[in-house]
Amino acid sequence: MTGLPLIALVGNPNAGKSALFNALTGARQKLGNYPGVTVERKAGRFSLSDGRPIELVDLPGTYSLNPASPDEQVTRDVILGKQAGERLPDALVVVVDASNLDNHLRFALELIALGLPTIVALNMVDLATRDGLELDANILSRELGVPVISTVAVRKRGLDHLRSELESMLDGGAGRVRPTGEQPDFEGLRKEARRIARAAVVRETPSRRMTAAVDRVLLHPVAGFLILLALLFVMFQAVFSWAAAPADLLEGWVTALGETITATLPPGVVHDFLLQGVIGGVGAVVVFLPQILILFFFILMLEATGYMARAAFLMDALMARVGLSGRAFIPLLSSFACAVPGIMATRTISDPKDRLTTILIAPLMTCSARLPVYGLIIAAFIPARSVGPGIGLQGLVLFLLYVSGIVGAMIAAWALRLTVTKGQSGGFLMEMPKYQWPRPQDIAIGLWQRAVIFLKRAGTIILLTNIILWVLASFPQAPAGVRQSEYSIAGRIAGGIHLLVEPIGFNRDISLALLPSMAAREVAVSAIATVYAIDAGDDEDALNRTLGERLQGRWSLATALAFLAWFVFAPQCISTIAVTRRETNGWKWPMFMMGYLFVLAYAAAGITYWAAVAAGLG
Amino acid sequence: MRLTDLPLRQPAYVDLIDWNALSASDGQRLREFGLCEGASVEALHHGGLLGRGPIACKVGRMTVAMRRSHAAAITVRTGPQEEDA
Ligand SMILES: Nc1nc2c(ncn2[C@@H]2O[C@H](COP(=O)(O)OP(=O)(O)O)[C@@H](O)[C@H]2O)c(=O)[nH]1
Ligand SMILES: [Mg+2]
Repeated sequence: MTGLPLIALVGNPNAGKSALFNALTGARQKLGNYPGVTVERKAGRFSLSDGRPIELVDLPGTYSLNPASPDEQVTRDVILGKQAGERLPDALVVVVDASNLDNHLRFALELIALGLPTIVALNMVDLATRDGLELDANILSRELGVPVISTVAVRKRGLDHLRSELESMLDGGAGRVRPTGEQPDFEGLRKEARRIARAAVVRETPSRRMTAAVDRVLLHPVAGFLILLALLFVMFQAVFSWAAAPADLLEGWVTALGETITATLPPGVVHDFLLQGVIGGVGAVVVFLPQILILFFFILMLEATGYMARAAFLMDALMARVGLSGRAFIPLLSSFACAVPGIMATRTISDPKDRLTTILIAPLMTCSARLPVYGLIIAAFIPARSVGPGIGLQGLVLFLLYVSGIVGAMIAAWALRLTVTKGQSGGFLMEMPKYQWPRPQDIAIGLWQRAVIFLKRAGTIILLTNIILWVLASFPQAPAGVRQSEYSIAGRIAGGIHLLVEPIGFNRDISLALLPSMAAREVAVSAIATVYAIDAGDDEDALNRTLGERLQGRWSLATALAFLAWFVFAPQCISTIAVTRRETNGWKWPMFMMGYLFVLAYAAAGITYWAAVAAGLG
Repeated sequence: MRLTDLPLRQPAYVDLIDWNALSASDGQRLREFGLCEGASVEALHHGGLLGRGPIACKVGRMTVAMRRSHAAAITVRTGPQEEDA
């Protein structure tokens, strides 16, 4: 803990706290956790104009000091100085949305009454102006008794003014309202907020209501729903078609790197290890970076534009059928990128059973780590044919895999709601933010962070698992005429697993990949790549064939399809299990989750295999 | 009339809210969204393919989505009233 003055950003959700936080602290941010609770602590540093350093925390948004979710509880406790691991802030910056003053001022009044030194940031004045609303910050300041600064967080407007005001406040003086001791009641605060908001309006022309006009289309019961489906469909098509060129480029680099190693190192164990264990394995995963970034691009865009809340609205009726609320749609859609942030996003769901059900089905949403697996199998076994204008067969199959995950999740939710998470559903109440054009910088930063996380995974967990696998698969050396992948230690372990999965059509290659890919799903691809590289040995022809071509020679279509079906359901990801344990405070639910998902995966792969064999694809 | 029956895009204001029909937390959230007797409301969209989904309405300057069960607890009167509750 530092001895710097601590300033907390507080306010309603969507007031622009995080935007202001980013604008003030830039890259100097640190993510952490509050002890005992799973709420993220987001802190950063910035300097006042005289160079004095300040620590700033971005608190979760809340509508009042009456918490309805674990996130909101933390905000309350920090402000009251009751939160473990946080000192009482030296000052508050209350962020209010200028275009929704009535509502935000009520909470601001509640906060000001606490008696901490306070500054109000009258944020989003640009949007208020767009809506035909002109406000006088001086009147507001007089009425509230604390300094009020107009800001546009995303354009960094008003920040200098905010800094200098903070400076004089910390030097003593302005901004503190003597607490009256009595906590004003809700009604009283509301009326007072209204009165002040009215007084501060200089001019109000009927707003142009761009958001309402767009909503007429996007929230239309039929058109809106079709647009949502179309958006998701385009997203999955794009993952394949846009990624082709950059993926080829990456593939070229990986191959070139391998050739350099062959050219510079003498043949032997080191050479084989680097070529087969490192380049062969990790390289096979890294080439999927473009696809993963395209997927994240869509999800970041949907969030930043304000569309995500609309998707929740459209989905609520359907989600209600299986005992969930539309709110669950947001963490579930994020889980398409990765279940870990998706499961963490369930914290905004206040009903505990709604939340638990959402956590349990989140791994069924097809996360980006499955893309390398799907991508490899689809590219190898599904012809790149067009089945209609703008619809490729490969993209269609990918779409169907996603749909299977969604349908599976809905059925699972329904069953869970009737059994282990039985009870009254929590309902759906949510604010719909205004539409916004996302700022390219924000999207770029988001993509950059994702790329770094993915490459770190490739460089750590995937690399490590792969090295272990390479060792186990390389020794002991097979005598001539026997396949190395069957003779080695790994091959013998795989032989045992094979007995279990043979009925659902899995061959020995798959059996070998299943165990290491418990660490992370992508490892399935790198593991298969490594094993084939070892089997190929110094055989030039075999080495020159792509992984896909080698698969075609060794797997039947029925096996490939069963493998895909397995990955729709199987809970193969250590990080997901760990985050579930953290969010549910124990091992009970992560164990339950693994159990039911493995059963589903086995059944799905089996049914797919037997159906495909019956259809003559075996 | 109830908010569930209010025609779309017809300005109205809240006459009465049956707080007892709402759970304590839902009631509080609605209050925090600015719903109270006298508040101006306008139904904007009905969700769900058969109109059984949630309702999006404008409350003051905010757009809020709620289930029909919530909306059924809210009685409204049409017409723009210069509310001053
Ligand atoms: N036009 C405009 N948009 C803003 C401003 N401040 C924040 N936003 C946007 O409003 C949305 C919500 O902001 P965010 O910082 O996430 O709100 P928080 O929930 O309070 O942290 C984001 O899309 C921001 O980019 C502003 O001053 N003007
Ligand atoms: Mg935020």
